[in-house]
This record gives sequence, structure tokens and C-alpha cells, in this order.
Amino acid sequence: MSIKTEAIGKEWPATTYEIGREKIGEYARVIGLDNPVHFDRESARAAGYRDVVAPPMFCVTYSAPALGPAMFDPEVGMNFAAMVHGGQEFEWGEPACSGDEITTSAKCLEIFEKDGKGFYVFETRSVNQNGDEVVKGTWTNIVRGV
Amino acid sequence: MADLNAGDAIPGLSVTPDKYLPHRYAGASGDFNPIHIDPEFAKAVGLPNTILHGLYMMGLVARSATDLAGGDPKALKKLSVQFRGMGAPETEIVVSGTVKSVDGDTVVIDTVAAQGENQTIRNAEAEIQL
Repeated sequence: MSIKTEAIGKEWPATTYEIGREKIGEYARVIGLDNPVHFDRESARAAGYRDVVAPPMFCVTYSAPALGPAMFDPEVGMNFAAMVHGGQEFEWGEPACSGDEITTSAKCLEIFEKDGKGFYVFETRSVNQNGDEVVKGTWTNIVRGV
Repeated sequence: MADLNAGDAIPGLSVTPDKYLPHRYAGASGDFNPIHIDPEFAKAVGLPNTILHGLYMMGLVARSATDLAGGDPKALKKLSVQFRGMGAPETEIVVSGTVKSVDGDTVVIDTVAAQGENQTIRNAEAEIQL
């Protein structure tokens, strides 16, 4: 069987997420992080951050909403029943802090078939209110039996 | 700051997520896929039970990397992982790794997350700036 590839290069509308201090703390507690820079404004400022700072992997919380419409796009046509999250890469820039307004855009980088599996690779780019890139994500989903 | 050299083992970490951890991670991350929180749904789609979020385990890998920099979040510049085995709640996760290279203040580490013999995250490569 062949795989649909017309969505390669497609971009979806950006989403915006305002980072809240308590949300950072909630995430940090789940991961077991105890550095006070994730909970306490004074500690974060003393460490050189503008405000309470997000752990790097908190980026999934603010960048995933941009990815949803891409993954569910019929033009992409992923079979969710047979899909697994195969790989993930993040490259961080400016730290993300409480009060930041993060805008994330999503794009389909690649769709290809290998060994009977479909590989769907998306990119998200997240920038803060000053236009500085905070993170770039590369999300690889694998669909069995395409 | 620890003096790191290529080939050194990193301290790593071990965590046993409780039964409700996937619920808390779902709330924190916004990922409410029922395979992580609803045993009936998980079994209906052929899984043995609910499974951990891969990105939760990636969060633990990131934690083991920032731990090398005293927990400073901005030390982690890049992290790429491959998800392989499925992770289960109520089972110990061990994150271990070695230093791949050191170039000035840039350290690259290779990490694995495993539950017993089941490697849930492989080929995790983290670049940290000390």
C-alpha cells in the first residue's frame, strides 16, 4: 500500500499559550524536580531568571496544542489505532518563564514509508512575546501496517 | 560541579511512579489520551493495562541531565530520544547513562530509561552546557 504524502510542507495556524506560575510548579512536582526556581519567584530571580522558570520538558504543555490540528488533519491521514510516538527531539533557546506568552506553529516535515511502517514527522517552533525562540520540537509518529 | 569525562557513568535516577501518576501527568501536560488513564480503554485497544506517557519518561531523562548541572533548567540545550518499550505505572524506572563527549563546557550524554529489562527510552542523547 502507498502512503499519502501531499501534506509534506503543510503548516497549521499558530496557537498561543500564557505560562502560569502554578502550572510550572504542578509540572515540576509531577516530574520530581525540587529546584526552587520552578516554584518561587525570588529564587528564580536570584538565579538570573525573569520569573519562575519552566523545566525544559514543560515545553510539551505549551507546544502540543499547536500539534493537535496537524495530527488530526485528514490530509495527513494518520491511522491513530496503529500509531505510536516513535521519537522526539527538542532544542531549547531562551528560557520560558511565568508570564511569557508563547506562540507555537506546526509544520509537517516528512511523511515516508519504511519497512511497512509510515513515519510522520512534524516540527513545532515556539517563540516568546519578544520573538525569541524558546524551543524547536521534532515529533516522530510511527504507524504500523500502512 | 562534577568533573565529567567521556565514558563516565552519570548518577542517573530511579523513580517508581504510583498508580495515579499518569493522571497527574495528564493534568500537568494536557495529554488526556485514555490509554494512560483508563484501564478499560487501554485493555480494549490491546494493551495489558494503562501505560505511562512517553513524554513523562522523557521528562525524567531531562531531569537526570539537568541534575548534572545542579538542577539548572537552562543547562539543557538539546534532547532527542527514541521511544521503544511501553512503561507501566507502579514499576521502578531507572534512568542511567554515560558521558559521550566533553568539549569545553558542552557535555553530551547517552541515556536509557528502563523498567527491568524493558528499555522504554533508548538512544537518548542530551546536550548540556555546564
